[in-house]
Amino acid sequence: MIVAEELRKRYRGGQGTIALDGFRLDVPGGIVHGLLGPNGAGKTTAVRVLSTLLGFDSGRAEVAGADVVRQPGLVRERIALTGQYAAVDELLSGRQNLVLFGRLHHLRPRDARRRADELLERFGLTDAAGRSAKDYSGGMRRRLDLAASLIRRPQVLFLDEPTTGLDPRSRNQVWDAVRGLVTEGTTVLLTTQYLEEADQLAGRISVVDAGRIVAEGTPDELKSALGADRLEVVIRESDRLGDAAAVVARIAGGRPDTDLDRRAVRVPLMGDRVETLTVTLQALREAGITVANVGIHQPTLDEAFLHLTGRRAAMPADPAPPPAAPPPSSPAASSSAAPARASASSEVTA
Amino acid sequence: MSTAIADGRVMAGRYLRHVVRAPEEIVIYFSLPIMFVLVFGYVFGSGMSVPGGGGYREFLIPGVFVMTMLYGIGATATGIAVDAGRGVVDRFRSMPMARSALISGRVIADLARALLETAVLVVCGLLVGWRWHLGLGNVLAAIGLLLLLRLALSCAGVALGLAAPNPDTVATIVFPLAFPLSALSNVFVAPEMMPGWLGTISEWNPISATTTALRELFGNPGLGSDSWPAEHAMLLAVAWPVLLIAIFGPVSVRLYRRLGQ
Repeated sequence: MIVAEELRKRYRGGQGTIALDGFRLDVPGGIVHGLLGPNGAGKTTAVRVLSTLLGFDSGRAEVAGADVVRQPGLVRERIALTGQYAAVDELLSGRQNLVLFGRLHHLRPRDARRRADELLERFGLTDAAGRSAKDYSGGMRRRLDLAASLIRRPQVLFLDEPTTGLDPRSRNQVWDAVRGLVTEGTTVLLTTQYLEEADQLAGRISVVDAGRIVAEGTPDELKSALGADRLEVVIRESDRLGDAAAVVARIAGGRPDTDLDRRAVRVPLMGDRVETLTVTLQALREAGITVANVGIHQPTLDEAFLHLTGRRAAMPADPAPPPAAPPPSSPAASSSAAPARASASSEVTA
Repeated sequence: MSTAIADGRVMAGRYLRHVVRAPEEIVIYFSLPIMFVLVFGYVFGSGMSVPGGGGYREFLIPGVFVMTMLYGIGATATGIAVDAGRGVVDRFRSMPMARSALISGRVIADLARALLETAVLVVCGLLVGWRWHLGLGNVLAAIGLLLLLRLALSCAGVALGLAAPNPDTVATIVFPLAFPLSALSNVFVAPEMMPGWLGTISEWNPISATTTALRELFGNPGLGSDSWPAEHAMLLAVAWPVLLIAIFGPVSVRLYRRLGQ
C-alpha cells in the first residue's frame, strides 16, 4: 500500500540538512505501521513526501497504487493527512470546517452537510459543532482534524504524531478512532516519538534515524531487540556490587550492567517478572547484601534507540550522543547507562 | 477546469464566512477611508484648492474609493499569510482539490468585499455632498475599474502574503508600502501643486490613473492637468492593473507551489 525506495531529500538553504537518506518502506494494506524515532529523525519529512506535500531529490514512492511524483492527483484522492498541528480552519465552526472539506472533496452541498453531521456525531463533537475551532480544546481540535481526514474514507491515512500534546483521555479517544479505521480497512502510517503509542497501535514498527530505517519488526520483536524491561537493584554497600551482580546474573540470567556511582545492578527482565524479582531479592538477602531500593524500568525510547543504533556503547561517557556519532567499536556491554531523556518512560505501563 | 472554478467558489465562500464570523476586522477596515473622508474632507479640505475649481470633497471621494481598494491589500496579504502559516494549507494541499483554489477563492472573495466596501463608501460620499453627474452607465464603468484595480492588488496581496515569513511581518510591510502610494498620488492633492519631480511620480502612480479615470466618469472636478498620464488616464487605469496581474498572478502561483518545500 505504501512503498518507498531509496528516498533522498536534502533541504535547501541553511546547512542543507539531509532529511531523508536512503529511506525505504514497504507497508502492506490494512495495518497500522508505526514510524518511531526522535525529533529530527526524518519522520515528518517522510510523511510529507509520501502525501505529495514535499518533493524529493531521488528515489521512488508509491502510495495506494499511484506514483507520488507522476500521479500526485491520484494519490491525493486516496489519502488523508492529519499532521502535528491540527489542520483545520480556526475561524470556522467545527461543522463549517467539515462541510468545507466535504465540498472540496467534491461532495454535493447536501451530502457534505450530512457527512459533516455524521462525523461530528462519531467524534463526539455534535454539541460543539457551532463553535469556532479556535475555541476547541486541543483534544477536540485533533478529533475534528481526524474527522476532516475521514470525509471520504481514505485508503491510506497519514498520522503525524497524532497525540503529541494531548491529555491521556483525548489520546485514548484518538487511539480508539484509529483502531476503528483499521478495522474498516484503512492503512495507517503513524509517526510517533512514543514507544507506547507505537506499541498500542502499530502492527509493525520501523525505527527511523537520520533519514533512514534502522530497524523494523513487530512491537514484540523490536522490544526484545531493544532489551526488555530492566530490573534495577540498588544496594547499600558499594564494595558488594560485584557480588550483587553475580547473584543477579545467576537468578535473572543475562549479563547485568553495574553502575558504581549509584551502586546499582541492572539486568533485562525475562520470563515471570514477579518470580524473578522475589527470588532475586531473597538470594541477595541470603548473600548478606542489603538492598536499598529496587525497581522495574522499561527502556526509554532513548535507551531503546541507543541500543538499536549501538551508539551508547560507542560513547559511554556521553549521555546525549550527537546524531553524527561513529559506529560502535568498544565492547557491547557498557558499564554506564545513558540517563533517560525521552518522556516516554513515565507514561509506559507494562 | 470546472473543478478549479467550483473549488475556487467554495474557497471564496470560506473567506466570506471568515468576514461574517469575525466582522470586527471589516469594521476596523472601514474606519480608515471614513476617517480620511472626514479628516481631509473637513479638516484639511478647507485649506485645499482644486485645480480648475470645484468642491474639495467632490474631488476627494473618487480618490478615497481607489485608496480603499489599495488598503485592501493588507487584508488579502494577512489572510493568506495566516493560512500559509497554519496546518490548514497542508490539508488543502493533500486534498484532490484544484491547487489554484486557495488563490482564486481569495481573489473572488476580495472582489465581493470590494463591492461591499464601494457600496458603503458611495453612501458615505453622498452623505458628505459628493455626487456623480454623468449617468449610471459611467458609474458602472467606474465600479468596473475599481474592481479591476482590486483584482490586481489582490494578486499582489496574495504574493506578499505567501512571501512573508509570518502574518505579523505583513502588517509591518503593508503600511509603509501602501501609505506612500496613496499619499504620492492625486488622491488628496493635485500633482500640479507638488514640486516638479514629485508631481511626475504622482501622475504616473497607478492609484492616480484610476482616480483620474473615476473623476472623468463621475464628472467630478480636478481634471486640469494636460500631462500624458492625465490625458490617457482611462487607458492607464486598465493597463496598470493588467500589468500588475501579469506580474503577480504567476508569482503567486509559483510561491504557492513552493510553499512548504
